[in-house]
Amino acid sequence: MNPSPAFTLSNVSKVYSNGTTALHDLNLAVSEGQFVSLVGPSGCGKSTVLRIIAGLGKMSAGDLFWGGTSQRKLAYVFQEAALMPWATVQENVRLPLKLAGVSRRASEAAVREAIALVELKGFENAYPRELSGGMKMRVSIARALVTKPQVLLMDEPFGALDEMTRSKLNSDLLDLWSQKQWTVIFVTHNIYEAVYLSNRVVVMAARPGRVVADIPIDAPYPRDQEFRTSALYNAYCRDVAHALAGAVGTASEVSSPINSQASSTSTMFGSVA
Amino acid sequence: MLNFDSVFRRDSADAEAALLAKPRSPLAWLRSPEVVAPVCVGLLFLLVWELGVRLSGVPPYLLPAPSAVLQTMIEDWGELLPALWVTLQVTIVAFGVAVVSGLLIAILFTQSRWVERSFFPYAVILQTTPIVAIAPLIILWVRQIVPGDGSTFVAMVICAWIVAFFPILSNTTLGLNSTDHNLINLFQLYRANPWQTLLYLRLPSAMPYFLGGLRISGGLALIGAVVAEFVAGTGGTRTGLAYQILMSSFNLQIPRMFAALLMTTGLGVLIFVVLTLASDFLLRHWHESAVQREN
Ligand SMILES: Nc1ncnc2c1ncn2[C@@H]1O[C@H](COP(=O)(O)OP(=O)(O)OP(=O)(O)O)[C@@H](O)[C@H]1O
Ligand SMILES: [Mg+2]
Repeated sequence: MNPSPAFTLSNVSKVYSNGTTALHDLNLAVSEGQFVSLVGPSGCGKSTVLRIIAGLGKMSAGDLFWGGTSQRKLAYVFQEAALMPWATVQENVRLPLKLAGVSRRASEAAVREAIALVELKGFENAYPRELSGGMKMRVSIARALVTKPQVLLMDEPFGALDEMTRSKLNSDLLDLWSQKQWTVIFVTHNIYEAVYLSNRVVVMAARPGRVVADIPIDAPYPRDQEFRTSALYNAYCRDVAHALAGAVGTASEVSSPINSQASSTSTMFGSVA
Repeated sequence: MLNFDSVFRRDSADAEAALLAKPRSPLAWLRSPEVVAPVCVGLLFLLVWELGVRLSGVPPYLLPAPSAVLQTMIEDWGELLPALWVTLQVTIVAFGVAVVSGLLIAILFTQSRWVERSFFPYAVILQTTPIVAIAPLIILWVRQIVPGDGSTFVAMVICAWIVAFFPILSNTTLGLNSTDHNLINLFQLYRANPWQTLLYLRLPSAMPYFLGGLRISGGLALIGAVVAEFVAGTGGTRTGLAYQILMSSFNLQIPRMFAALLMTTGLGVLIFVVLTLASDFLLRHWHESAVQREN
């Protein structure tokens, strides 16, 4: 593991203009090449953390320091696919290169490779409305990968996919990650996915959003399907589930009667996860 | 062990089928209910009108039968066609100027909130002032600047432009401001410059709104041209359909008046159809208004 820091969030707070405190005093240091999963109840500020790392939207307090890598070498897979409906798959994937001034010819190979990576060969000229939800998400992933990023932020990229496609893309992602040495921040609702993929699972709690547990997953890579059935894997899943239940519990403890409905939704979510 | 490839292969068969689905041919369109139904209604209406006039014996200077109108149109074609041509010219020039100016000003508005705040109210004022009321003024002013025969033409273009300009401006401004915020974030993330953001993001997403504005403005440009000519009310060498309508009613040539009226309406419908087809064509791949829904 490379110990040099990729970036550090220190005492970060975020208050939206409508008065919602999305994050309060959040600290998170991520090393280069780490695969970090971010789990937590809905609305606890996971997307907000990613947006701050990406430099979209200002933080209200605190700092973001970049280490060896640069914010410029960052790619972001948004929670929604966010494709341009008027452009074909190919043109959507090409966009980051086009904006960087790369000519059509020079970007051809990279675009083709990225599309092949997410198994969308044959759909280069399809329009987003002709694709299923999962396929749109894969286009969005291809668009992020086409720039050869160093830091990859992924906001529930596989949430809309069926179990088979999800586990296929999970192992593809791990393969790629071990090849390319990306730093990955991966938001998910799925504890099993988080444990399977990551070096580290960071658990967040809501109201206000903060880190409540930081669980290192000390299992060697490559991780195959066997790892998913091992005792170690199950123990880690239990740890994360426990921390998450605690996070949901603290949220309902601090919540006033007014937002008790919100926290009961969180509890429901916690039990599902 | 599950075969994941089959998951993707199934997807790919579906998409190929979707890609192969062909748009309807023009001939099929002519036979579709959206065309056949209104045509039947129209024919029935003409039939009732014709029979009504013949049976009741209403004199043609009150209400001419459709056959009489048609006959007049053929007889007076030599005068009506040049009039149609003049009106069409005014409409097209005014519409073109409205499209270009509306689009450019809308882009200017979205570059700076201050520009929009400062000037948008005046665009509204221009729109809400009745064109009939200011047309005489415009004609008067234009005569001072442009001497001779061309002055009426220029005045008509200006009046038609005033009417046609606002829907394009307001629709395009709305469209440019309605860009998906996720895509704006994406462009920001990849450090797009303002020019790229405009060209690759804001303009394409404003397209459906802009085209909606065009459809309204096309008809309004024609109305503006006709109203201006009515107000100008003068002869000259180049007169449009409004002048024909005006003169025919003075001379109680009611069938001829109907013929000119019919040509004006026909022109309006034609403009609308052309713009609708153009809009559907441009949006055919992606916008809900133009794609054929299968679910
Ligand atoms: N643009 C915004 N304006 C105001 N409040 C916002 C905005 N975006 C998010 N919030 C609030 O900030 C909090 C955190 O939102 P965020 O989207 O980061 O949650 P999340 O953890 O990503 O949730 P989910 O798992 O459901 O995606 C929520 O309470 C939300 O209501
Ligand atoms: Mg989110």
